[in-house]
Amino acid sequence: MAPKFEIEDLNAWFGTKHVLKNINMKIEENAVTAIIGPSGCGKTTFIRCLNRMHEITPGARASGKVLFNGLDIYGDGVDPVMIRRKIGMVFQKPNPFPMMSIYDNVAAGLKLNGVKNKKIIDAAVRRSLELANLWDEVKNDLNKSGASLSGGQQQRLCIARALAVEPEVLLMDEPCSALDPIATAKIEALIRKLAENYTVVIVTHNMQQAARVSDYTAFLYLGELMEYGPTKQIFENPKHELTEKYITGKFG
Amino acid sequence: MKNSRKPSHFLCKLNTQYFSRLKWQIGGDNLFKIIGALFASSILLLLGLMVYELINGSWLSIQTFGSGFLIGTKWDPAISRVFGALPLILGTIVTSAIALLIGVPISLGISLALSEYMPKKFGFAISFLVELLAAVPSVIYGLWGIFVLIPFLRDHVYSRLQALFGFVPAFSGSIYGGGVLTGGIVLAIMIIPTVSSVMRDLFSAVPNSQREAMIALGATKWETVKTVISYARSGVIGAVILGLGRAVGETMAITMVIGNKFQVWPSSLFDAWYTMSAIIANELLEATYDLYVSALMNVALVLLFVTLVINILSRLIVWRTLKLVRGISKE
Repeated sequence: MAPKFEIEDLNAWFGTKHVLKNINMKIEENAVTAIIGPSGCGKTTFIRCLNRMHEITPGARASGKVLFNGLDIYGDGVDPVMIRRKIGMVFQKPNPFPMMSIYDNVAAGLKLNGVKNKKIIDAAVRRSLELANLWDEVKNDLNKSGASLSGGQQQRLCIARALAVEPEVLLMDEPCSALDPIATAKIEALIRKLAENYTVVIVTHNMQQAARVSDYTAFLYLGELMEYGPTKQIFENPKHELTEKYITGKFG
Repeated sequence: MKNSRKPSHFLCKLNTQYFSRLKWQIGGDNLFKIIGALFASSILLLLGLMVYELINGSWLSIQTFGSGFLIGTKWDPAISRVFGALPLILGTIVTSAIALLIGVPISLGISLALSEYMPKKFGFAISFLVELLAAVPSVIYGLWGIFVLIPFLRDHVYSRLQALFGFVPAFSGSIYGGGVLTGGIVLAIMIIPTVSSVMRDLFSAVPNSQREAMIALGATKWETVKTVISYARSGVIGAVILGLGRAVGETMAITMVIGNKFQVWPSSLFDAWYTMSAIIANELLEATYDLYVSALMNVALVLLFVTLVINILSRLIVWRTLKLVRGISKE
């Protein structure tokens, strides 16, 4: 299987603060890759570099190569807007558009892409909500505000919104950190289901979650990639001493 | 007695110094509370007195003309002594509407530039300058209107407008310089600082997660900005009504540039007209008999009522939006 992402010498800064240092890794297609590490190690910055969201923060910049399907997304003439339509993102806090209905929330990305055909939009909204395991809960309330849902439902709505434009990759930045255990379990089951057809990269501070949902795990420490490999190996037989200390809870 | 602060009541012998100090503090708190309440309620009292005085003063006019005052089109203090305020009300409405038509798009542009496009430090400097414009006295806008704006508009803008759109009645007729359109333009300049700073506050209160959600969906900058506007839209309407309130109540500058001609409807945008505030400023000192003064008071009552309603409405809308927006962002 060809890797979805090939990352070569990725460095990232906020102003003068060097937050990612020479990251080299490959992310496999149709698999879940978890990024773990203590707070402030650059997990979030790393996935924000994968869809060029990092650069929208004032003073932030990145260097190096991120090959997506073989194309360097930091190359000359690459439009970040087009990249973001291929690589969806779900954030830490659920952020539905409160002024829009549930239906319009999911349809927002399609409308940005210029889709006007009502039938196509209807079908995509239903498909995305079903994929996000939310359809049965909201099918009678599609005209209600996106803000009327519970936190867990809002997060699944955000996942449906990202899926509606049929991206190839879904980046998730601690998607369960604001949710209760039941809502978390639903999202985790959803992530496993998505891995059949999508490449998922998930940042988590919860090591059990990484062990439960991911196929590959990367351990970041102080902006450096300490260890990367199949999740089973990282958790059962870590090569690096720091990795072992971190996953056994000796620091973090 | 050594400590003169200690009350001489016999129970106080039981009190330690700590307790007596506590008592004194509570007394001070209560005193301050009462003084504060007095100052705060004086505002309500003042407003009540003002309304009472205006109703009292316009009573003669209300008795004489009744509600016909609002639709009367004659203002003849010299001979028939008949007063009607319809032309003034229309003049106020139309000039304010022109002010909104010109001022609101500009304010929207300024506030979006400040909150969405400019680097923070630069935006801060610009918004300081914009708010400074609100502090310029109205009479200075009026003087500037007479000496700079009127000659400029008359010589360079109005003649061209007439050449282009002269076939439309609104752009025909003779050009004096001062008039309806000039009044509207001056009012527009005067409401821009208020409207744009309220709008900037609203847009800045929109949580960043909303912008990021749009950007991550592959939205362009402009599409992201549209989401920001829609997020704050009810507050934006409130800001516009706030500007309307300011335009309706504005007196000095509009009196100086509108031409002050009492007529039901001007022949064109270049013609002179009158507003409620302008006629009060111009004629109160010349009002030589009771009914005349009372009629002017009646105009003032109508004006106060209109501005109060507009201001209350706009404040409510802006507050509601800010509360809603901040409530969501806190979650």
